[in-house]
Amino acid sequence: MEYKVILDTFEGPMDLLLHLIEKSQIDIYDIPINEITEQYLDYLAKMGDMDLEITSEFLIMAATLLEIKSKMLLPIPKNEYEPEQLEMEQIDPRSELVRSLVEYRKYKYASSKLRDFEEIQSKVYYKPKEDLSSFDNDDSDIIEMDLDKLVLVFKNLMLKGKIKEKTLELNEIERDDYTLEECIKKIKNKLKKNKVIRFYELFNCNTTRNEIISIFLSLLELVKSKYIVIYQKRNFDEIFIRRLKEEGDGING
Amino acid sequence: MGLMDEKEIKAIIEALLFIWGDPLSLTDISNILEMEEQQVQKILDEMMDDFEYNRRGIRIIRVRDKYQLSTRPEHYQWISKLTEKKENKGLSNAALETLAIIAYKQPITKSEVEAIRGVRCDKAIDTLLSRSLIREVGRLDKTGRPIVYGTTDEFLRYFGLEELKDLPKLDELNSIVENMEE
Repeated sequence: MEYKVILDTFEGPMDLLLHLIEKSQIDIYDIPINEITEQYLDYLAKMGDMDLEITSEFLIMAATLLEIKSKMLLPIPKNEYEPEQLEMEQIDPRSELVRSLVEYRKYKYASSKLRDFEEIQSKVYYKPKEDLSSFDNDDSDIIEMDLDKLVLVFKNLMLKGKIKEKTLELNEIERDDYTLEECIKKIKNKLKKNKVIRFYELFNCNTTRNEIISIFLSLLELVKSKYIVIYQKRNFDEIFIRRLKEEGDGING
Repeated sequence: MGLMDEKEIKAIIEALLFIWGDPLSLTDISNILEMEEQQVQKILDEMMDDFEYNRRGIRIIRVRDKYQLSTRPEHYQWISKLTEKKENKGLSNAALETLAIIAYKQPITKSEVEAIRGVRCDKAIDTLLSRSLIREVGRLDKTGRPIVYGTTDEFLRYFGLEELKDLPKLDELNSIVENMEE
């Protein structure tokens, strides 16, 4: 696994090729294409041996190198009758590759320069912006909270969570055995013992969705018939139910 | 506004930069002070020199037309003693190469960057975008209307540059490379 470290650092075929050229200390403008192609293919083979993914870009470069190599092997035709074509043939098959390698190398060095800058700047700290929200003229009231209310809100949330949980667990349809009449009777019984009850006293953690709906409808019915009043001191505060009439005693009491 | 003396103006600017924390533009500072931008810029230049000359622990840095307070890199070894060593998440080589090409050749499309690097750059560009080092500066008026990228002010700040022209000169870099080979 001696190649591991080196293999991991190449950013692509250009990077690899540049590395091979620099390692061999050869002139980038006069690349011995045979040698470099051989080294390049050798490298791909090693990558393959190590189960490293050889991306298509590496293969394209291999093909390019082989193409240049074969072009270099061809004898330069001397055609005196077609000087224009002669000019074309005389262009070094490596020139395009060299041009892009030189271009790439420029930015590779630029990025190493940027790396130095990054290193320095990573040691610089800035101060986080101060919270200036107190300067804003926001008229929205902040509701006074004391511990009791906070506990209540927490209780409400807990209860809500439990009811939800319960309904989610239902996987069968229950018989509707919880009628409105029964429910109203139940609430009235509760109100007989205490003139004022809390809304949440009507529920417990086993309350099903059906029951919640029935209780809610019952309360609406009782309010309509002026048997109870429902009140609340503040939004989201606890809801109280107060009995107005005495059961069986008509309006008196 | 000849009511305040320059010392007081400098003190106010220092306070503004301290409170704001983020880079604060010359325009904003001038508007607050109700002064000409040119005048404020001159004062800010002086302040930068003052901070430097007096070897203050805080310095004023400039990124284009914005100013910000920062610590000095040479104090890092002491600052770092205040806390656990922070994870220095520098850019990957791929992202840095991509960024270098964009910085020098902007405005530039992704495929132009890829042509130079010889590899795909989608991931690198995503990283650079998400770190606000580059941004979309427009679209090319040709098939597919490809996105054109350029660097941001955050890019300049990230590398401690005041302007784009402060980037190392490519020609100089190239001649250094050439000389190294000889």
